[in-house]
Amino acid sequence: MKKTECVAMLLAGGQGSRLGVLTERVAKPAVPYGGKYRIIDFPLSNCANSGITTVGVLTQYQPLELNDYIGSGKNWDLDHQEGGVHILPPFQRSQGGDWYKGTANAIYQNLAFIERYNPEYVLILSGDHIYKMDYAQMLQQHKDTGAACTIAVLEVPMEEASRFGIMNVNPDGSIYEFEEKPKNPKSNLASMGIYVFSWDKLRKYLIEDEADPNSSNDFGKNVIPLMLGQNEKMQVFRFADYWKDVGTIDSLWEANLDLLNPKVDIDLQDPAWRIYSKTPSAPPQYISPEANVQNSMITEGCEVYGAVDFSILSDNVVVEKGANVLYSIIMPGAKICAGATVQYAIVAENAVIGAGAVVGQRPEDCKDLDNWGVSVVGAGLKVGAGATVGPKQMIREDVKEGVAL
Amino acid sequence: MRANEVMGIVFPNAHDDLMAQMTVLRSMGAVPFGARYRLIDFSLSNLVNAGITKVGVITRANYQSLMDHLGSGKPWDLDRKKGGIFFLPPYGYSETRVYTGHVDALQGAMSYIRKAKEQYVVLCDADVISNIDLSEMLAQHERSGADVTVAYKKGKLPKNHRDIMSFTFSQDGRAKEILLSNTIAGDCNYSLDIVVIRRELLISLVAEASAKGKTSLWRDVLQPGVDTLKIYGYKVDTFAAVMDGIDSYVAANTALIECPKARQELFCKDRPVYTKTRDDMPTKYGLEAKVTNSLVADGCIIEGEVKNCVLFRGVTVKKGAVLENCIIMQDCTVGEGSALKYVVFDKNVTTGNHLTLCGAENFPVYIDKGQNI
Repeated sequence: MKKTECVAMLLAGGQGSRLGVLTERVAKPAVPYGGKYRIIDFPLSNCANSGITTVGVLTQYQPLELNDYIGSGKNWDLDHQEGGVHILPPFQRSQGGDWYKGTANAIYQNLAFIERYNPEYVLILSGDHIYKMDYAQMLQQHKDTGAACTIAVLEVPMEEASRFGIMNVNPDGSIYEFEEKPKNPKSNLASMGIYVFSWDKLRKYLIEDEADPNSSNDFGKNVIPLMLGQNEKMQVFRFADYWKDVGTIDSLWEANLDLLNPKVDIDLQDPAWRIYSKTPSAPPQYISPEANVQNSMITEGCEVYGAVDFSILSDNVVVEKGANVLYSIIMPGAKICAGATVQYAIVAENAVIGAGAVVGQRPEDCKDLDNWGVSVVGAGLKVGAGATVGPKQMIREDVKEGVAL
Repeated sequence: MRANEVMGIVFPNAHDDLMAQMTVLRSMGAVPFGARYRLIDFSLSNLVNAGITKVGVITRANYQSLMDHLGSGKPWDLDRKKGGIFFLPPYGYSETRVYTGHVDALQGAMSYIRKAKEQYVVLCDADVISNIDLSEMLAQHERSGADVTVAYKKGKLPKNHRDIMSFTFSQDGRAKEILLSNTIAGDCNYSLDIVVIRRELLISLVAEASAKGKTSLWRDVLQPGVDTLKIYGYKVDTFAAVMDGIDSYVAANTALIECPKARQELFCKDRPVYTKTRDDMPTKYGLEAKVTNSLVADGCIIEGEVKNCVLFRGVTVKKGAVLENCIIMQDCTVGEGSALKYVVFDKNVTTGNHLTLCGAENFPVYIDKGQNI
């Protein structure tokens, strides 16, 4: 078997609880984004475009939709004779089994998977972020510097640094200290949760960390400090392009609308770095004579008879006559009925917003801005005709006709 | 009959000569249609939606873009160990040559047809845009005890077709007369060139006709055989457009914009039309975009006005441009302030800024692939 140089391990097991109803039955990496993508398309496409052909996707929470979506990996060019994409759920061994206890434990439980390929390097990724990155460049720097671990970092505004895991570095980029959410940050280099390890070092420290009963088995909290403490050579890899965490309703909504902002540099049409996805077979979008579409993104299968402004429609969305969609994200298969208004909201897959209903509120119309926020209607739910859903509401069950929430 | 007893054979070059400039560099089957499809997608989708998993594609000329489009057949679920798609270009072995009609085309592919184990064959040209439930047609073929079943539609005969069959049926549905390209006024039952026939019968009919130097399946086999063969028709009531020239091409694209019923019937949810995807991003509508009554594919960037148009993938319409009643194929760019009316652009055409190009309703202007205006 041809030797695999680098195996990527993609942590896709988290619940993403801050996304509320959007991740009630679906893992966060499978949440729709940008009209025709899902969050996991970014790390998967980055792997394929970077030449990494062996990818383990570690699942745990509500994996069905994710598993179905990934399939054989063919859509990301990851269906290979050797390697390719593999779904890795927790499994039983003869001595019993365990759920994944933390990010490091998840990899620890899959050491045997990595062993099969006997790579020189392991790339640890998460399925939570929207970004385009050439991992081959990071891998090259890791080789050039002879590091045991290379951590990708992003410069954040100093005022925000205390929200992140911060790397304190020497002039040559080597890390001398790691501080989790420091009150007085010494640098503004935030960890992106993307690591390249030399395989032997990773194996060593995962085993060591697992043996520590006091460890929470987390890369950032436990394994990185452990390696630093033992004077391993750790290096930062600086990343300066667009990178967005989509772990909260607000950040998911913003990340979507960033695609409509000409000032934000995230080009999904770049032929040199395609973001692949699995899309259902759907007819081309139809824009009717009465439609009014401005500053929005729409994809296949949509039928627009109403007004869409500064919004993103996923596949097979119907916006009926007289309906208004503004500053909103509408996920696949949802239907916005005649005369309804959806503003500053996220409407999840296959939800139905009844005729004349109003979901969300414009900030300029809100009297109490502290309680203003993006409204969310969960997957498959129905908001009855004439109902009203106010700002910052998270709808987890059907809303009856005429009800005001 | 079970679907795995049936195989399909598609003829993507069948009426190349009718499509003039559009088929100079590509076969009829590879002609782009409907914002994101190629004509062969409709024949292939009809076959696979009926559960048919073995399809031979007999080509004649200009098949490079078709081969690129079909690849291993994966988008139509025809990338298989058992069956799947099989490309049959000419010159398969020393005696074959570029074919002129269905008979010699089938004769050239005879070793493929003989080796197959399927009992029935569905023959399709790639010149009919339709979404037909072939499993129903197969069921009717079996029920009726027919030797040959031909799908047909009732309406005005496509006038530019040189050898389209029209049928007169007797009470029990059996064809009693077949005419070819009959210039009859009014409605008739015209063939959609989709034929169901037992494989063994097809082999013997083709062998016989071929031995006599015949080339046309319609003129030389079915028409004279209407008394000896039991030929039945399968009526198609849903949208089915026969391509016999640029007029019918424009009319079919237009029908998809103007007629919701046509869209619903062609893009039937139970039997989707499959095609090769391109991983374009969703279409972006700009700040001053004004799009009405149009069919738009992914990957477009629209900043101007688009009315009654069909835009294929990756089309850019710059600010101030106005497009009316146009069909713009993949990756074209319409410059700022340009005005286009009744225009058909082939792939990769670009216009400069502030240009006007105007055809008429019955005389659309067709611009070749890659032109820079």
